[in-house]
Amino acid sequence: MKSASSSKGGKARLSPPSWEAMLTLAMYSFMYIPIIILGVYSFNESRFGSIWEGFSLTWYRKLLGDERLFLALGDSLKIALCAVGVSAVLGTLMAIGLSKYRFPGKSLYLGISYLPLIIPDIAIAVATLVFLASVAIPLSLWTAIAAHMVFCLAYIAIVVSSRLKGLDPNLEEAALDLGATPTQALVKVFIPQLSPAIVSGCLLAFVLSMDDLLISSFTAGDATPLPIEIFSRVRTGIKPDINALSVLLILASGLIAGISEYFRCKSERI
Amino acid sequence: MAQGVSPAGALKSAPANAGQKIRAILRPLGLLGPPGVWLVLMMVLPTLLIGELSLVPGLRPGQPIEGYGLLNYLRILEPTYLRVLQRSAMFATGTTVLCLVLGFPVAYWLALKAPKRWRNFLLVLFILPLWTSSLLRTYAWITLLRPSGVINLVLSSVGLPTQNLMNTHWAVYIGMTYSFLPYMVLILYASLERLDLRLLEAAADLGANPRLVFWRITVPQTLPGIAAGCLLVFVTSLGDFVVPTLLGGPTSMTISRLIYNQFLGVARNWGFGSALSMVLILMVSMAIALLLKYGDRNPEIYS
Repeated sequence: MKSASSSKGGKARLSPPSWEAMLTLAMYSFMYIPIIILGVYSFNESRFGSIWEGFSLTWYRKLLGDERLFLALGDSLKIALCAVGVSAVLGTLMAIGLSKYRFPGKSLYLGISYLPLIIPDIAIAVATLVFLASVAIPLSLWTAIAAHMVFCLAYIAIVVSSRLKGLDPNLEEAALDLGATPTQALVKVFIPQLSPAIVSGCLLAFVLSMDDLLISSFTAGDATPLPIEIFSRVRTGIKPDINALSVLLILASGLIAGISEYFRCKSERI
Repeated sequence: MAQGVSPAGALKSAPANAGQKIRAILRPLGLLGPPGVWLVLMMVLPTLLIGELSLVPGLRPGQPIEGYGLLNYLRILEPTYLRVLQRSAMFATGTTVLCLVLGFPVAYWLALKAPKRWRNFLLVLFILPLWTSSLLRTYAWITLLRPSGVINLVLSSVGLPTQNLMNTHWAVYIGMTYSFLPYMVLILYASLERLDLRLLEAAADLGANPRLVFWRITVPQTLPGIAAGCLLVFVTSLGDFVVPTLLGGPTSMTISRLIYNQFLGVARNWGFGSALSMVLILMVSMAIALLLKYGDRNPEIYS
């Protein structure tokens, strides 16, 4: 800061904040005001109006008694945990395989691995539904898990890949020279080095899976993960108990983001 | 990277025995096989299947395929559906422009003006909302935009006429910009952070005024980032379903909503839905092709 713009530094300190700074502040407000207002209204006594009618925990109490929402949350957690658990292994293997080996068709493989991030959710969701129908697999929680695995493993692979690029390529050779088998080298050298990236990839995939509306809508059958339940309720307007739910979920995802940032910093520091 | 960790060292000794050769093939297969099979089975094959079904006119669930034809695609060319495509493209373009105009100053300030020790924290703070549910963030805007919402409450309390924004195109632009602005800022920041400051100083020393420096040095240097950010926002908003459905109301029918209706809504026309889906994938692929041609070649930027 001191050296970058030494000639202008003195003047800038005296002049009013630049317009970029003002606009940046405005944009931060733009990002946070809706969330803050949602939080404030979750404590509002009033059911319909925007007018403040006094502090109340009614909506939180109503939320705790809402069995359907808890079932939906359970479904969401089952899908996310299973999909992320399997994808953590497959995505990591894929990232390591792609960084270690060259083979014919590698660019095609790489391209396919990016597809889930590029093709819109609706197109993937529709395709999966049609595919499952054509092979006569009935829709259930399991088909939703199978569909979620597609994007989970792609995101985990991309996060792990970017970490792999920063790793010392000689580490594996050193391990092999010292007598480790390739499997030992993988488990004892690669995985510990990668674990912060694997964790932050998994957290990202977990959040995306918990947030997914479209793919679940088309593949979950009778199961109703949380986003589907929320969507069907808010379609018809404001629901104060959903305000309360939003606050709790936003706090939870903020926590997950914090943990993920912690691991990301850690993985960069090693 | 390529030379350093080349195929397991086994290939170095060319006259290896058969066992070694097999192992050299099996090892990558063990790592790359299962995820590859999964992606092909759950994504590539289904997409190809959609491509096939899009050629079956008027296919309904459970019906056998009777014949192929281009009728589904011709139907997209009907004025009603063309208008939907046009509207989707318009929402995506408008959102992209808004995100660029609003996001660039933020990324610029964060990358070049913000106090260095706070830079990372401030960036994380800006993209933190991406971690929360996009559905709930869109829902939050209903509280603000609806006729008896917070915006109108504020407007009427200061004596201004109230606005009916809910279920209009404006609501869609606001909601989409809100949803995708953090992506734009993240990518522009990555690009601006790598800006060579010496060039800016040199230009200033040679007598260029700040405006000239900005347009002749800063913008051209960050063009790949701008292209990447724009195309990412364009592609994401083109396929967005939640914002137009929750904030846009019936007048904001977009391609993704139309596809949704062909499968889960009242329409139930799988063939037509598949054709629309192929068109959406085609539009996205064209955007990606443009990105690969003109944009930042570094795919890390999307993570």
